[in-house]
Amino acid sequence: MTIKGVKITFWRVVFIVIMVLGIYSTYVRYLQGLGAVSNMTDQFPWGLWIGFDCLCGIMLAAGGFMVTGAVYIFHVERLHCIVRSTVLTAFLGYVLFIVGLLYDLGRPWFIWHQMIYMNFHSVMFEVGMCVMTYTTVLFFEFLPNVLERFNLHAPIRWVKKAYPVLIILGILLSTLHQSSLGSLFLIFPEKMHPFWSTPALPFFFFLSAMACGLAMTIFESTLSSRAFGLGLERSVLTELGGALYIVLLVIALLRFQDLWHRNIFMTIFQPSYEAYFLWAELILCFVIPIIMLSFKAVRKSPTMLYIASLSTILGFVTNRLNVAMTSMETWVGHHYMPKWTEVSITLMICAMGFFCFSIAVNFLPIFENEHDEKHAPAPLIPISEQATLLH
Amino acid sequence: MSKAILYDATMCIGCKQCEGACAQQNKLPYDDKVAGETIQSEHKYTVVLTQNDKFMRRLCQHCNEPACASVCPVGAFHKTKEGPVVYDVWKCIGCRYCMMACAFSQPKYEWGKLNPRVTKCIMCPDRVQAGKPTACAEACPTGATKFGERDDLIAEAKDRLKQNPGTYVDKIYGLNEVGGTSVFLLSSVPFEQYGLPKLEKLGDTPLPHYTGRVMEMMPDFIPLWALILGGVYWVSNRRAEVAEVEAEERALRGEK
Repeated sequence: MTIKGVKITFWRVVFIVIMVLGIYSTYVRYLQGLGAVSNMTDQFPWGLWIGFDCLCGIMLAAGGFMVTGAVYIFHVERLHCIVRSTVLTAFLGYVLFIVGLLYDLGRPWFIWHQMIYMNFHSVMFEVGMCVMTYTTVLFFEFLPNVLERFNLHAPIRWVKKAYPVLIILGILLSTLHQSSLGSLFLIFPEKMHPFWSTPALPFFFFLSAMACGLAMTIFESTLSSRAFGLGLERSVLTELGGALYIVLLVIALLRFQDLWHRNIFMTIFQPSYEAYFLWAELILCFVIPIIMLSFKAVRKSPTMLYIASLSTILGFVTNRLNVAMTSMETWVGHHYMPKWTEVSITLMICAMGFFCFSIAVNFLPIFENEHDEKHAPAPLIPISEQATLLH
Repeated sequence: MSKAILYDATMCIGCKQCEGACAQQNKLPYDDKVAGETIQSEHKYTVVLTQNDKFMRRLCQHCNEPACASVCPVGAFHKTKEGPVVYDVWKCIGCRYCMMACAFSQPKYEWGKLNPRVTKCIMCPDRVQAGKPTACAEACPTGATKFGERDDLIAEAKDRLKQNPGTYVDKIYGLNEVGGTSVFLLSSVPFEQYGLPKLEKLGDTPLPHYTGRVMEMMPDFIPLWALILGGVYWVSNRRAEVAEVEAEERALRGEK
């Protein structure tokens, strides 16, 4: 169906509905405050926005530091073709995290206070500073795409010179804040359910970010190659699938050891409210993807890889929501269910992510044939003509 | 030097004079409706709970090593040398980590406001500095809430437990919990019955130590990890360079 030359598709309608609801909720948020827009209470001061937008958003953007690290630090040249799209995903992820934070903070207009009233004992301070710096790093990692679009080759060379430093800084900052998101929860062990309350939480948060970074890269590469009709090298995805398989095995082993050494391994089999959530998480994180990825045929099939990575992503999202919400419910004594306005803002932020990604892919050379960046001089032919050459 | 509050539930008659005095001191509304509320909130910093004619007062414990002060990214909370844990609204960015971190769930939030504050009992710091007792202690007609030197109050609480062994639960709540606090509770019924965190769940470790253990590794970890990454980069880059030169040489030899 088309109206006045604009094609009406299912996803476009969904997008518009999400945006309209989201804008309404934004209006309520900034005119009536947090109480009117969310189901957060004094007993549940952190809700969906911290649990999903912040904890999961950062986790899902972890592909950026992993793929750039593999390519530029470990010289895994085969992954070069997905660097640009992963950096784009990571950059969008972090920017949207900050957008989410502006909704969640009670006084977002004072967010800059953290740069002047620094409390070095605070994990939150460390996360904030790392995220801020890393977003800047990602901006510079992403910048060459924009510069190339406008044929500004001299600044590209400057940015490329700084690349090793940027990438190392990026990995360093990511290691710190990905694990520190887990450290946030170390200070109230008495409030959390023993399934999730472990001193090893920072390690699990870092490892799950690694798994999700890989899964997200597979997911997003498959999705965009379908949406934009790009041929994607299967061997690259197969390789990522293999890496994901190994990371998942390591996490599963450590998770088992953690439960075992805290003497609660047998309790996870006893049905309880928390156990159901734990089962959902473990099945999605480990059982489905590990069984799937152990078959070579699955690692070679883009569709099956896509399903395995989707399951991993959903699993670790469940894991983080469990840490942030489910594990607190028994202590608090009642359940927390996000209000529809809360959900609509989260959906709007996700929709904005997809929208910005497709805009960027359409206007920037994200999926253009990679020039051999290290050796060949920057291309002298304008982008418009390059496109005609490629066809 | 450091001040504290001792609340003895066995002496309390549940008159709620402390609630009223607290509201007046902090310029909060107080009427029969607020008096009837049994939970603390942004307009009720302290509450007297009743259960079978026994009472218990809840207020900020003013920990010696407060979790709220440790977790706040902008340092909006701090423990003063006189004992009160106070809040600087100007610094606050509203992340509500203090509310998550507090073992006693004392910080409350102004959910309905556009520029919300975190609220809790701040132990009348102005009065304390001026050498006066807190508003609640001054208002208490029976001496159930007593203000004084921390050391003196500990000695007195121990003495009361010793003199009346059958009357009390043998515990000064707040003496060592989470590293010690500036508010001590004595009761004849177990504290958990009033919603206070279970003693065995609290432990004596100051809560900031749990994150401190991780945070103190940072200064060592950062340079080490940077060095390793730099090293890997140097090695793999060098290998690529060598491989390139070798390929060129092979090509040259092949041509000859």
